[in-house]
Amino acid sequence: MNLKDISTSVPKKDHKGKVSGQLAYISDLKVENMVFGVLYRSPIAYGKIKSIQVPDLPLGYEVVGAEDIPGPNYVKIIKEDQPIFANEWVNYIGEPILMLVGKDLDILYGLLEKVKIEWEEYQAIFTLEEAIKQKAAPGVTMANYEFGESLEIISAIEQGAHQIIEEEYDTGYQEHVYLEPQGMLAIYKDDEIVVQGSMQCLYYIKNALITALDCGDDDVRVVQSPTGGGFGGKEEFPSMMACHVAVAAKAVKKSVMLVFDRSEDMVVTTKRHPAKLKYRTALDKEGNILSMCVEVYLDGGANVGLSSVVLQRALLNSAGVYKIPHFHAKGYVLKTHTVPNGAFRGFGAPQSFAGIESHIGHLSKRANIDPLEYKRKYLVKQGDPTITKGNFRDPILMEEMIEDLLNTTDYKKKKVEFQTFNHHNQRYKKGIGTSLFLHGCGFTGSGERDHIKATVKLFKSKDDLVSLKISNSDMGQGIYTTLSKIVAKELDLPYEKVSYPYPDTKEVPDSGPTVASRTTMIVGKLLERAAKKLKAQWQNGVEQEVTENYVHREMIPWNELTFTGDAYPAYSWGVNFVEVEVDTLTGNVKLENVYANYEVGKVIDDRVMKGQIDGGLAQGLAYGYLEKMTSKEGRIQQKSITDYGPPTSMDVVSIQSKVFDNPYADGPYGAKGAGELTLIGGAPAVQAAIEDALQTPFQQIPITPEVIIESLWLREGEEG
Amino acid sequence: MITFTLNGRKVETDAPPSARLLDVIRDEYLLIGTKEGCGEGECGACSIFVNNLLQNSCLIPIGSIEGAEIVTIEGIMESDQFKILDESYSEAGGVQCGYCIPGMVMASAALLAQNPHPSEAEIREGISGNLCRCTGYNMIVDAINLAAKKGDGLWQKK
Repeated sequence: MNLKDISTSVPKKDHKGKVSGQLAYISDLKVENMVFGVLYRSPIAYGKIKSIQVPDLPLGYEVVGAEDIPGPNYVKIIKEDQPIFANEWVNYIGEPILMLVGKDLDILYGLLEKVKIEWEEYQAIFTLEEAIKQKAAPGVTMANYEFGESLEIISAIEQGAHQIIEEEYDTGYQEHVYLEPQGMLAIYKDDEIVVQGSMQCLYYIKNALITALDCGDDDVRVVQSPTGGGFGGKEEFPSMMACHVAVAAKAVKKSVMLVFDRSEDMVVTTKRHPAKLKYRTALDKEGNILSMCVEVYLDGGANVGLSSVVLQRALLNSAGVYKIPHFHAKGYVLKTHTVPNGAFRGFGAPQSFAGIESHIGHLSKRANIDPLEYKRKYLVKQGDPTITKGNFRDPILMEEMIEDLLNTTDYKKKKVEFQTFNHHNQRYKKGIGTSLFLHGCGFTGSGERDHIKATVKLFKSKDDLVSLKISNSDMGQGIYTTLSKIVAKELDLPYEKVSYPYPDTKEVPDSGPTVASRTTMIVGKLLERAAKKLKAQWQNGVEQEVTENYVHREMIPWNELTFTGDAYPAYSWGVNFVEVEVDTLTGNVKLENVYANYEVGKVIDDRVMKGQIDGGLAQGLAYGYLEKMTSKEGRIQQKSITDYGPPTSMDVVSIQSKVFDNPYADGPYGAKGAGELTLIGGAPAVQAAIEDALQTPFQQIPITPEVIIESLWLREGEEG
Repeated sequence: MITFTLNGRKVETDAPPSARLLDVIRDEYLLIGTKEGCGEGECGACSIFVNNLLQNSCLIPIGSIEGAEIVTIEGIMESDQFKILDESYSEAGGVQCGYCIPGMVMASAALLAQNPHPSEAEIREGISGNLCRCTGYNMIVDAINLAAKKGDGLWQKK
């Protein structure tokens, strides 16, 4: 492949099948002898099952439950706390209890309504507030960490401080709304079960199946179907569905399809953790920061799932992009009897960045300094320590990126213009806000070395066609294109001669899950190395295969117990400027201009990167002011897309973005992670812009019209 | 028995009148390009043409389309207009996960047939009934803009 610059865009590998709709997603498949499954779910939040009564079933309809599971009754993730089918205790509304299978979905739904269960109900914990009050009670704290400066030293600093500022900040649920609802099919064969579906992590699913089915490595096989969006929502959740269909297929000896409709998907699947963040900061007379203590509380929902890892990332980002003197942080994942929360693009970082950017913005007001100027005083520089005593060892281009946007937006002039506009306008107010952020690429700490141990293979056929053998999922982010391109360029082969078939665990080694902004950087690097190796041994007309294994670059070793060391091998960076107009009569926020600068090492494909920027930022902005999901007594209140309100084409505006080159030695062609970074800055920038327009601080996201109107009323009351 | 035209071909179905057109298209005629994203008319993934008008097939009971002309993405796939849209979506990078795309392409074709030179605001309005979660819409807006230019003169003739 003859590209001068790897970043030059090429056509997407999977374009044709997608634009014509002829690429088959899981719900488009029909296999022989296939039945559907539907799940009977707990209608109560917390209780003990006393008896289960299933109605008489017509011929060809069967019930599958906990007693049909060959292995232990849990979905293997990290802890063993998530049953496949609850058979004793239920811990949230919507928890699966049994499955009915049969040919006709309408008949199945009718039968579901006739299932009767007797309960002993217990007092549930429904809110994060309540869980915080009860955090010392048994089982409520599911994970916790604490690190940083000693509290004695901080207490001494606080005693000498001019002022101590305390703030509490709340973030809400966020729902993925991948356009393709979750779906999974188990194909029954005499000697193996093939599980196929919409997924990000083939080997997570395979490992969960081996445990649940108590079977050997060769007895199950996992195949990815084209995946209609993931955003983290298809990271760990599909493992449970895979267990459901595989257990059912084994029990009824038929192929079993489980596809959620939108309302089921919205109510029972994992979401971004609601969080409460508490800040306690000591200031001197000029408003300079002397010390800071942060507490992070995540609502884990009914079981821990991946929440402990999400909390780690939330804590690792709790100081934002700032070098804060005498920093201390602690955090908790707390149990509530609500739908379990899990992975979502950003993985704990969006909550932390929303909180810290808000807090720092509010501190700047006290110091009477423009928020951006105040933030820049504390911006980390190359060589600075991280909050875990790691090191920012690579060059940091944040100052350049900020300067560039100050010029592009004419920031200072715009500030004055907006002030004048706001002075002359009673109803509409304009504001500009900024956010500064980073994203640690790849797994936290030594995860790649100790847990993932990625392996990739390249296979060359006799006709000199090369295929990628990796377990990573293209879920729309474009790795079919970018990873194929890396291999084609390295081998000097035409792009068309490199293929990347939908992964199947029978064919591909475990190159790790498709998560954590690791795929391009980690898997891409392994493929680059494999391609170099293949090139060196290349023999025309001969079948060849090469393998590469992950090699860890030792830095400051990560210690999860003391929370010290290099938490990430590398960081990607971003700056967002957002301009809004707020209607003070309705509380509606209109985006006017959005500017975004990023640094992701080296872009592998400009067009794919722009797709990540536009899509990620749209999700991040909406997280700050548009998308609202709530739970009432354990029941998710938004059951349709419209109730929830993700952005339509009318809500977003064109985004002016730029990506800065800063090649990273351990990434392919210098590339680092990009997928999650683009979401993180949206919410804090939109909040800052709304605050600038209204000259009112907020302590929560999303800042919906209701929140705006209420704060304006409150202010009127205070002023009036 | 309900009779209608599907992609130019006269067809008959004995599906119950309350069956959703979406299910009949997918299950009986095995046309998979029409996707189900919400089943409530909110996302547009199941967009089709009913007598040349863009509609959500998940909201249409089969009983209501007697004699109607139904066109799905498969019905336009060979057209010159589709080729232009295909190229433009590729060039602009409008496709990520792809699940919303057949519906989005139908909405694009409907918009351009009605308004061959739409402004950005008109494009945004034209696809506002079609949700996309991957792209943030801008590259889809670009694709439609590009298609309007590339297919100049092509959109008017039906």
